[in-house]
Amino acid sequence: MASKKGQGENRLRDQIQEKRLFNRRAILAGAGVLGLMGLLGGRMAHLQITGHQHYATMSQANRVRLVPVPPNRGLIHDRNGVILAENRPTYQLMVIPEQVQDLEATLEGLGSIIKLEEADIARFHTQRQRQRRFDAIPIKFRLDERDVAIFAANRHRFPGVEVEARLSRVYPQGEHAVHAIGHVGRINEQELQRIDSSRYRGSTHIGKSGAELQFEDLLHGHSGIERVEANALGRVIRPLERLDPNPGNDVYLTIDSRLQRVAEEVLGDWQGAIVALDTRNGDILALASKPMFDPNLFVHGIDRDTFQALQADPSRPLYNRAMRGQYPPGSTIKPFVALASLENEIKRASERVFCPGFYTLPGVSHRWRCWQRRGHGHMNMEDSLVQSCDVYFYDVAYRLGIDRMQEYLGGFGFGRRTGSGIPGELPGVLPSREWKRAARGEGWYHGETLITGIGQGFFLTTPMQLAHATAVFANKGSAHPPRLIKRIERNDNGEVSDLPPEDKETHFKLRNEANWQEVVDGLIASIRGPRGTARSIAPGLDYEVAGKTGTAQVFSLGQDEEYDADAIPTHLRDHALFNCFAPAEDPRISVAVVVENGGSGGGVAAPMARQVMDAWRALERGEPVPRPDPPDEDEAEVPDG
Amino acid sequence: MADASLVDQRMTRVQRHLHLDGQLLTALALLSGVGLAILYSASNQDMAELQRQLIRLGLAFAAMVAIAQVPPETLQRWTPWVFLAGLVMLVLVLLVGTYGKGAQRWLGFGPVRFQPAELMKLAIPMMVAWYLSRRPLPPSFSQVLVALFMTATPTALIILQPDLGTAVLVTAAGLFVVFLAGLRWRVLIGALLAIVAAIPVFWMFLMHEYQKQRVLTLFDPERDPLGAGYHIIQSTIAIGSGGVYGKGWLNGTQSQLQFLPERNTDFIFAVFSEEFGLVGVVQLLVLYLFIICRGLYIACQAQDNFSRLLAGSLALTFFVYVFVNVGMVSGLIPVVGLPLPLISYGGTSMVTLMAAFGILMSVHTHRRMWSS
Repeated sequence: MASKKGQGENRLRDQIQEKRLFNRRAILAGAGVLGLMGLLGGRMAHLQITGHQHYATMSQANRVRLVPVPPNRGLIHDRNGVILAENRPTYQLMVIPEQVQDLEATLEGLGSIIKLEEADIARFHTQRQRQRRFDAIPIKFRLDERDVAIFAANRHRFPGVEVEARLSRVYPQGEHAVHAIGHVGRINEQELQRIDSSRYRGSTHIGKSGAELQFEDLLHGHSGIERVEANALGRVIRPLERLDPNPGNDVYLTIDSRLQRVAEEVLGDWQGAIVALDTRNGDILALASKPMFDPNLFVHGIDRDTFQALQADPSRPLYNRAMRGQYPPGSTIKPFVALASLENEIKRASERVFCPGFYTLPGVSHRWRCWQRRGHGHMNMEDSLVQSCDVYFYDVAYRLGIDRMQEYLGGFGFGRRTGSGIPGELPGVLPSREWKRAARGEGWYHGETLITGIGQGFFLTTPMQLAHATAVFANKGSAHPPRLIKRIERNDNGEVSDLPPEDKETHFKLRNEANWQEVVDGLIASIRGPRGTARSIAPGLDYEVAGKTGTAQVFSLGQDEEYDADAIPTHLRDHALFNCFAPAEDPRISVAVVVENGGSGGGVAAPMARQVMDAWRALERGEPVPRPDPPDEDEAEVPDG
Repeated sequence: MADASLVDQRMTRVQRHLHLDGQLLTALALLSGVGLAILYSASNQDMAELQRQLIRLGLAFAAMVAIAQVPPETLQRWTPWVFLAGLVMLVLVLLVGTYGKGAQRWLGFGPVRFQPAELMKLAIPMMVAWYLSRRPLPPSFSQVLVALFMTATPTALIILQPDLGTAVLVTAAGLFVVFLAGLRWRVLIGALLAIVAAIPVFWMFLMHEYQKQRVLTLFDPERDPLGAGYHIIQSTIAIGSGGVYGKGWLNGTQSQLQFLPERNTDFIFAVFSEEFGLVGVVQLLVLYLFIICRGLYIACQAQDNFSRLLAGSLALTFFVYVFVNVGMVSGLIPVVGLPLPLISYGGTSMVTLMAAFGILMSVHTHRRMWSS
């Protein structure tokens, strides 16, 4: 009993001890729990008090996205408001991968109703890997209306595919004036580094050539920004605030679309260029280079084959001949040399030179031939301009010497850019001793002076340069640099500003106005006179034109070889040139025409210039433009120097 | 005063009759209410999801009430059988179980799906408590070894599924029993040293790649900012940007704009922190702390070793839930897939959890009055 009771007491005591042991452990555990809870609380306090600023910023950065809003590009008009470049909604087929169940089947299905190029599909796949699944990716640009209609009818078959309209650059006149307007294209890597990224945020296109490039700053505008709340997937939930883009300015070119069209039409299928300038302010009225190309091809990225075809085309349609074509001026240089002669008192106007058909220098056996092998006989200055006698100008050049000649011709702007600012303009070459030493590492020969005097040899000029030099001549030594822009119309506040012409540059001062008149008389006579090289344009001409034909050799004939146009392949035939201004008594327009391999300045180039001037006269009087005659290749029978 | 104590007495009588603990019940109900409010926000106001959660809560509370009616003695009698059944099912799940989320966790009985590992959350502490309470405390060294074996066997099976979160919980549940039973300190310290020594082995041979990633990413979330680190980065941003007062209910941008992954399940605490700030967090942690302390108090008040050990272990296991989840969401410990109890969206674990509280209530309300 006692032992049992003792056992029971022991057991009871054990139980009390066990309970105490457990309680101690439980309290210990409770303390541990409290401590660890404190640790959690401390961690939370650390994040939410100490780190709050930091994490609040990160959360904001998570939530808010900046979506660029590209500006609308300004329009390009001609001087009278005809639209040359505009923005039109174009339709593109967009695929949202997230919403498409079977991408392959969808693409195949689309291909069966709308023509998809392999390149389209390849580009789609490349882009798809870079973008998020809910971003719409273009699969085909520039759907035509038929495609849009066909797709609309089949829309139910293609969930996740939609037609999107967006503004893109369109050149409504196609090829017309392409070398003046230029074109836009996708921004490339180099441009990306050059441009102000905040201005171009969201913009995909940039001016690549012509006015589009030259006036990029005016046309582009300034991107806006929209702050939006976006979720973790980047999907926009709601807009927060918006900074509107600043639209680009509309630009009015100096080009007169009607005159431009005449210039393009008279060139026909010839390769060449026509530049017409307003001599009073430097306005470029027409800037035609043929052949042309359709700038619309470049807007959305031209496909490889088309681009290669354009580049490989032997007629080089992408080449802006008006600004970059460098041709020997040939006889078109003679009025300038004639004025140099009179002003430098090398010869009086009435003084005669005998032309036996060639020219020799003392002690040199070489004969510098006149284009007229029979010889012109006795020539005064007017005769030499009318008949384009080479021998007369060999003599003038010889007596002037290369240094004086180069200095004087430089006064007309030969050998340097005109200041038009048109991208890609080339300066031509006005040969001089220094130039030859630098370019060829050789000294100057007398013979080179002679052929420089008739615009051959090293001498190169661009059609723009020739037209500008002619304007300087017409203005008796001063002119405004050529300009392509006339007016800017701001799209943000509607402000219109007519730009004043570029500052007039005085190139030289005439010593004697009579000298100038002598040369002009000679130029008029080259058209009006019975033996004039440009007499073909005289019939029906009811205003006076001062002009000079030119024929520039593409290759040199041997000493006694005869130039026979029919025996020479087309691409080696002489270039035909003509430069002129009108009206001769009150010059307002200067025109330069270069027709590659045209053969004859008088036969081919001069009639083109006449038609441009006729059109200009009609426009000036508010009359309808006469329909230009297409050029006739066989008409080119009047020979000249 | 007298009236108040009378009400108290009456309340106590009602509670004893229903075998429910008023304080615990109130706290759990409050927690569930908060949980539903957060879930509403975290699920982007998805009423259907809320309804499903409500049904689960109903089931879980029903399970709690049901278990609470079973006296601890009965539970003690069932214990070996429950444990054995659990072991068998764990083996079965590896053989014929169904896959979900990259692991084999489910057993299907017709339309009912069941996770045996959940049962083990209760069965392991029950079994260890059952075993250790058969002898006077503290346990001998050999008893401790047997207890560890009892814990380790099912844990190993759970790791094989693999289910790291549950494995952590059941191990903790078993170890808590051993600790509360009075495990000698030198054994405890020795064991801790052994664990530290075993970590490299564990790392090299037993951990899955995704688990290693979670650990590595914990120490440097930026090493994988778009992958495993993304969870931690986004949840710390959510918590930190909440500040002291929070962004307000339904206004947490991190969660509403879906930057926060798994925001209605494992990472729901980040939603809460973002929207209610530190003020809300402290209140929530205090509520959890109250529940845990109430559980420990119930354990201390228990009248036999089985009840004591079981109740104490269950209360501490509940703490492990909270600590692991909050620690993981706030970037304090690696990402271990454990829900925040009674708040995270999800089914089976909630029923187990409430069943545990049912056991606590049973222990508390089936005490005999020594005096009478």
